[in-house]
Amino acid sequence: MAITRDEVAHLARLSRLALSDEELGTLASQLDVIIGAVARVAEVAAGDIPPTTHAVPLTNVFRADITRTSLSQADALAGAPAAEDGRFRVPRILDMDE
Amino acid sequence: MTSPTNVAVTTPTFDDAVARYEPVIGLETHVELGTASKMFCGCSTVFGAEPNTQVCPTCLGLPGSLPVVNEAAVRFAVMIGLALNCSISPWCRFARKNYFYPDMPKNFQISQYDEPLCENGWLDLEVAGKIHRIGITRVHMEEDTGKSLHVGGASGRIHGATHSLVDYNRAGIPLVEIVTEPDIRSPEVARAYVDELRELCRALTVSDVRMEQGSLRCDANVSLRPRSAPGEPAAPYGTRSETKNLNSLRSVERAVRYEIVRQAGRLDAGLRVVQETRHFDEASGTTSSGRSKEEATDYRYFPEPDLTPLALTHEYVDAVRATIPELPAQRRARLSVDHGFSPAEIVNMRNAGVLDLVEQTVMAGAAADAARKWWLNELARRAADAGVAPTGLAIGPAEVARIAELVAAGALTDALARKVIDGVLAGEGSPDEVVAGRGLKLVSDGGALAEAVDAAIAAQPAIADKVRAGKVNAVGPLVGAVMKAMKGQADANATRKLLLERLNA
Repeated sequence: MAITRDEVAHLARLSRLALSDEELGTLASQLDVIIGAVARVAEVAAGDIPPTTHAVPLTNVFRADITRTSLSQADALAGAPAAEDGRFRVPRILDMDE
Repeated sequence: MTSPTNVAVTTPTFDDAVARYEPVIGLETHVELGTASKMFCGCSTVFGAEPNTQVCPTCLGLPGSLPVVNEAAVRFAVMIGLALNCSISPWCRFARKNYFYPDMPKNFQISQYDEPLCENGWLDLEVAGKIHRIGITRVHMEEDTGKSLHVGGASGRIHGATHSLVDYNRAGIPLVEIVTEPDIRSPEVARAYVDELRELCRALTVSDVRMEQGSLRCDANVSLRPRSAPGEPAAPYGTRSETKNLNSLRSVERAVRYEIVRQAGRLDAGLRVVQETRHFDEASGTTSSGRSKEEATDYRYFPEPDLTPLALTHEYVDAVRATIPELPAQRRARLSVDHGFSPAEIVNMRNAGVLDLVEQTVMAGAAADAARKWWLNELARRAADAGVAPTGLAIGPAEVARIAELVAAGALTDALARKVIDGVLAGEGSPDEVVAGRGLKLVSDGGALAEAVDAAIAAQPAIADKVRAGKVNAVGPLVGAVMKAMKGQADANATRKLLLERLNA
């Protein structure tokens, strides 16, 4: 299954990456190789092996519903590129895919 | 998508629209869970704090932080699922929903995708005497987003804003999303569904379900299809619009209604309905186009690697099931059977905020009908006048039960009982203390009553003669005169009896 330039362009748009035509071509062929390599895993895995999302066989890791001290507003905003009125200031939001 | 401008679209009336098209409605409801701490960290969930004071490295998505699931949130979600007759998944995972929008600092929202916690349930509603069973597709868990404030544009709208300010206090508060099947066919039933769901969550005490604060909000999917003739198969579903963030029961009903006539107008004009999200404007009662969904949004969901799967055991689910209290539908049935309340009376009492109080008053010994009457007619109005909830009045079920008991025993008239209520509300003590303190005892014998009776007969000889002549029913004005002379404290039956005795009638 070949990765097309259109698919890379779509991914780039979703990821907010500005890629040139040339880069789209290069990345499409590189991604194709990567997908091909990963696809070989599927050849090894038999139908009785469930897909793995975790290396550690743990389930139900919970915390009790107890509040802890939060950051101060000043600490919370300390790393923000811009802040205003105790809030994170961000560039205007255009009609993006929410 | 813009529509061709040369096609005239006339909007039909609602009745005309639904006569020709069948509305198909499905609702997605987000309910904020009433946990003390957030879904994946220990930050407080209290509403109304200073911006960005209930945040930490985890809910700000800072590097090196890891989420851990709040057990209470899972338990609450399971309660909702069970109350909605869903099956609880024995194994499911969280998923990342990836998007670039600053309401989540991580650039993704932790949600559930193809493995929801609860599936395949239903909720029964009664609307105008008819039962509607609404299928529940799924109930899944996710985290709420932050709140954006758009600056520089008109009235906080995103369009024309110069920049936006974000408060992440809400980011990470546990949410469940409850998705119905497209089983709803009218705006009234859509509203009734949200109302019933809200009552259900309230009864489960899993959320404060305050729509005005956004702790319960609703998206409505609406489409139309031609009505099919009897015996013919139903037409396939039409293209739907999704109206977002409806935050009152009234808005749900109005927005769905508006979408029905809007879509009917387009279909009548030969236009198609565009699949898109729409926004409802409270002021005008109309919806407007948001972004088009023509190109399906690509959230690139994948299993959340920072969280382990949920594998809830039968024992866990059964233990949660055992904590589920009486649900609204069961309660209505019980109130109807035990106390003879009609569905409309129950709705009235619930809407007036007196249902619990009425029930407690009945438990304290009052007759059901008297308890309902006093709370609904008298005390709900006094609470409204005082600007408090009925539960905030300085009179409670025990006092109201005692007053109802005195009325039933003939010791108080309704008019006197209102004076007793005045006294209790004014802090003059218990009903019995107010009766004694204000001298409100009903007079059914004694010299005062006899004197008043004689005076009434002397004052209206013509009427007295009529009664003497056998017209017993003519005695009414004399009873009234006695009551007036006694300032309402005479027992009407005793007065009547005494009058008739004196007149040898």
